[in-house]
Amino acid sequence: MSSNNKPNLAITEPAWVRRILIGTALLFLGIFLFVPLAAVFTRALEKGFGVYAESLKDPDALSAVRLTLIAAAASVVLNLIFGLAAAWAIGKYEFFGKNVLITLIDLPFAVSPVVSGLIYVLLFGLQGFLGPWLAEHDIKIIFAIPGIILATVFVTFPFVARELIPLMQAQGTDEEEASVVLGASGWQTFWHVTLPNIKWGLLYGVILTNARAMGEFGAVSVVSGHIRGLTNTIPLHVEILYNEYNYVAAFAVASILALLALVTLAVKSFVEWRRDQDLEASRLAEEIS
Amino acid sequence: MKKILIHKGWFIGLIAGLLSVNAWAKDVKLLNVSYDPTRELYQEFNAAFARHWKEKTGDVLTVQQSHGGSGKQARAVIDGLEADVVTLALAYDIDAIAERAKLLPADWQKKFPNNSAPYTSTIVFLVRKGNPKAIKDWDDLAKPGVSVITPNPKTSGGARWNYLAAWGYALKKYGNDETKARDFVSRVFKNVPVLDSGARGATTTFAQRGIGDVFVSWENEAFLASNELGKDKFEIIVPSLSILAEPSVAVVEKVAKKHGNEALAKSYLEYLYSPEGQKIAAKHYYRSRIKAVKAAPSFPTLKLFTIDEIFGGWQKAHKVHFSDGGSFDQIYRP
Repeated sequence: MSSNNKPNLAITEPAWVRRILIGTALLFLGIFLFVPLAAVFTRALEKGFGVYAESLKDPDALSAVRLTLIAAAASVVLNLIFGLAAAWAIGKYEFFGKNVLITLIDLPFAVSPVVSGLIYVLLFGLQGFLGPWLAEHDIKIIFAIPGIILATVFVTFPFVARELIPLMQAQGTDEEEASVVLGASGWQTFWHVTLPNIKWGLLYGVILTNARAMGEFGAVSVVSGHIRGLTNTIPLHVEILYNEYNYVAAFAVASILALLALVTLAVKSFVEWRRDQDLEASRLAEEIS
Repeated sequence: MKKILIHKGWFIGLIAGLLSVNAWAKDVKLLNVSYDPTRELYQEFNAAFARHWKEKTGDVLTVQQSHGGSGKQARAVIDGLEADVVTLALAYDIDAIAERAKLLPADWQKKFPNNSAPYTSTIVFLVRKGNPKAIKDWDDLAKPGVSVITPNPKTSGGARWNYLAAWGYALKKYGNDETKARDFVSRVFKNVPVLDSGARGATTTFAQRGIGDVFVSWENEAFLASNELGKDKFEIIVPSLSILAEPSVAVVEKVAKKHGNEALAKSYLEYLYSPEGQKIAAKHYYRSRIKAVKAAPSFPTLKLFTIDEIFGGWQKAHKVHFSDGGSFDQIYRP
């Protein structure tokens, strides 16, 4: 961090090589990121701001936004609890089958989202394993909000845990042991020792979970049933509007998703900046002592 | 303590208010699971029926809609999507719901007039303005160098009508020679670059993404695409012979009963046969069952054959052509 302004001796390439590399990166970024992003907003505002606002005020669009926020919030909370528990178990304890558990946590990364959705249809669908029992007791899971939350939780499953496991493993158990020896309870140890050590990783995992949860299409599409105003999330609603030749509304709703993504990005940058500051401060404190 | 009491009074008042409103007008909901190109039709029909229902019963009706490829939608209902009514692209998909999930009786097709198909359509071609590849009939689709767009017969109802229309044409042309018909259809499908899962996706592929020379399509979808996406961009070509497509409707009896919607669901589908319902169908380019109802642009006349005449009904046609290992699986190699 502190060597930012000095010339880096490890870089020996001539200036033109560096410029070409940087230029290529910027060009690709422009073509693949900025132009499409600009296109979304241009298409959305094509017929003026009035039409744009009108398409967002549509009850079906509002319901899609609400459902997306519910699904994202539920996955963040559930995966926060699970991720902490899993990372704690894996990082601080030795037990039989630990590697299997680590592999299982990564499963949602490896499985196609469509398959993730189908798993729930096979399990909770009317012809599925638990379907007849659920139908008898009038409990709706798939083609209803619980199914959408389940599918979203599944695809975002690894984010928090994956972020925390290496962190907790690296930190070991020394500090916790000291805390317990000094007479702290388990909860106090967690709150005052473990949590401050992992808070940035935890926040980062939450942000990633949130971003993925809001944008998920495949898994949610399989379990949604596509009922307008009821089981459509933002990405599904965008597809519906697009298929109805309603391009302005489709891009208007897509722009909401883009805005949410930009906000997420801003929060992520802020968190990274705060974390770096934090690390810098503790490093300085160590140097002084 | 006082505060709580006040709150309680407030709450009871609210509940009483709600109940008194409920005493004379209920809010009722109905879920219609439909196929791809009916979006605009049902948007208008639902509003008209809700008005009719309010006049008749005083209840405020909200019809919820779900659209997708017909086969995919039937699968969702089988898997537990709680549709009160289904309005799908073909009888076979509703047969599948009756057979696999037992949600409605096997003789559902007898519950409404005209084989439970309140409107009909047929299969025509949509080409780009000026018809650069000079497409006039089914034969032109089998020529090398012509790119044909159709959705996937495994998931789309419209695509199955397309497939059978081509097959039926070939049978007539080659004097009922099955081998020659198979060869003809396989040459058509060699010209298909991409199979979308539903009719609407295929329309977007052809009209928006500009892929393909000819789009084999529902007549109503062809009219809609050419009118919505610019009359100066596309032309409709009517082949010499095509199939009479009968999209079917049914009450999903078990689900409607569970929701207490039996009478409502029946009235909803019956209303499709009323002059008002038929007028809305015609407006969205479906062929009306009532002769007096005229479509906005009058439909071209062409020779139509039915599925019963040529294929002996949907069950048989499905088994021969679209089941696993059926004729489609044999001829289509992506």
